[in-house]
Amino acid sequence: MRFLLICLMFLPSVSMAAIEAYEFKDEQMEQDYQQLTEELRCLVCQNQNLAGSDADLAQDLRRQTHEMLMKGNSPDQVVEYMVERYGDFVLYRPQFKTSTLLLWLGPFLLAILVLWLLIRRLHSQQEVAQPDQSSMQRAKDLLSDKRDSS
Amino acid sequence: MRFAIPLGIFVLMVGLLGYGLTLDPKKVPSPLIGKPAPAFSLAKLHQPDSQLSRDDLLGQVWVLNVWASWCVSCRAEHEVITRLSKESPVKIIGLDYKDEPDDGRRWLNQFGNPYSASLIDLDGRVGIDWGVYGVPETFIIGKDGLIKYKHIGPVTHEALDTDVIPMLKELRG
Repeated sequence: MRFLLICLMFLPSVSMAAIEAYEFKDEQMEQDYQQLTEELRCLVCQNQNLAGSDADLAQDLRRQTHEMLMKGNSPDQVVEYMVERYGDFVLYRPQFKTSTLLLWLGPFLLAILVLWLLIRRLHSQQEVAQPDQSSMQRAKDLLSDKRDSS
Repeated sequence: MRFAIPLGIFVLMVGLLGYGLTLDPKKVPSPLIGKPAPAFSLAKLHQPDSQLSRDDLLGQVWVLNVWASWCVSCRAEHEVITRLSKESPVKIIGLDYKDEPDDGRRWLNQFGNPYSASLIDLDGRVGIDWGVYGVPETFIIGKDGLIKYKHIGPVTHEALDTDVIPMLKELRG
């Protein structure tokens, strides 16, 4: 009885995992399919990819992906098809092109800018900390008590 | 003066974040605008034996309105589309998206039919070709067969007055 109950506990996870059973021509195609559905965004539930979403549209787009691969389209062609219709937004990993230049390079530019500001600041602080020759001499004189007796 | 830079950055960030709040993440700009309308050939809802294709409509300005009987906001939009059909002579083609034809016909009987024709897209393939992801959606197609405008979600009376009707007038020339 207890064993049966423990088995029941695992039931929901099993039934949720069953979505569609697609057949593939070979292993490479299956891998392409997995990767595509991981990288394409579901437009309805915007923070999920096609693989993780049970929305109607995600099912349709998975079917579309599968059909296109079976017809001999390359993964790049599938991506191109989706981008033509839904825009760069469907991609979790946007392509590198002029309109996405800032997106890709922005963080590095920002890091360089901050680094530059930091170095400049440290430099100027060092300059302040290093007294010039004449004041050093004066300080030495003061410490060794060689003051003019006026 | 010491605070000028942090304060500047703070104000800039507040400005950008504030602007971000006014954007609707559900509105994804369509890459289809300016592109040729995707081809289709579908059975008509009221004459399932006869088909309508994209090329039948080439050379005229027309509107594609994606709707479905299961779509709640399509009910709200219906009166706006009806008004459009009365105020503008352009053809309004309905795309009955992922809907049972019987349900679709019943829906039109109940609320009235503003469409020149409605097409059956049972499995949503044509919808995908048109980049549809939220019903209702509305497209305007020019005489040259290019998509000129896309509206995601229900068209409101305001959108009709400010965008749709002026654009249709301009396109018809």
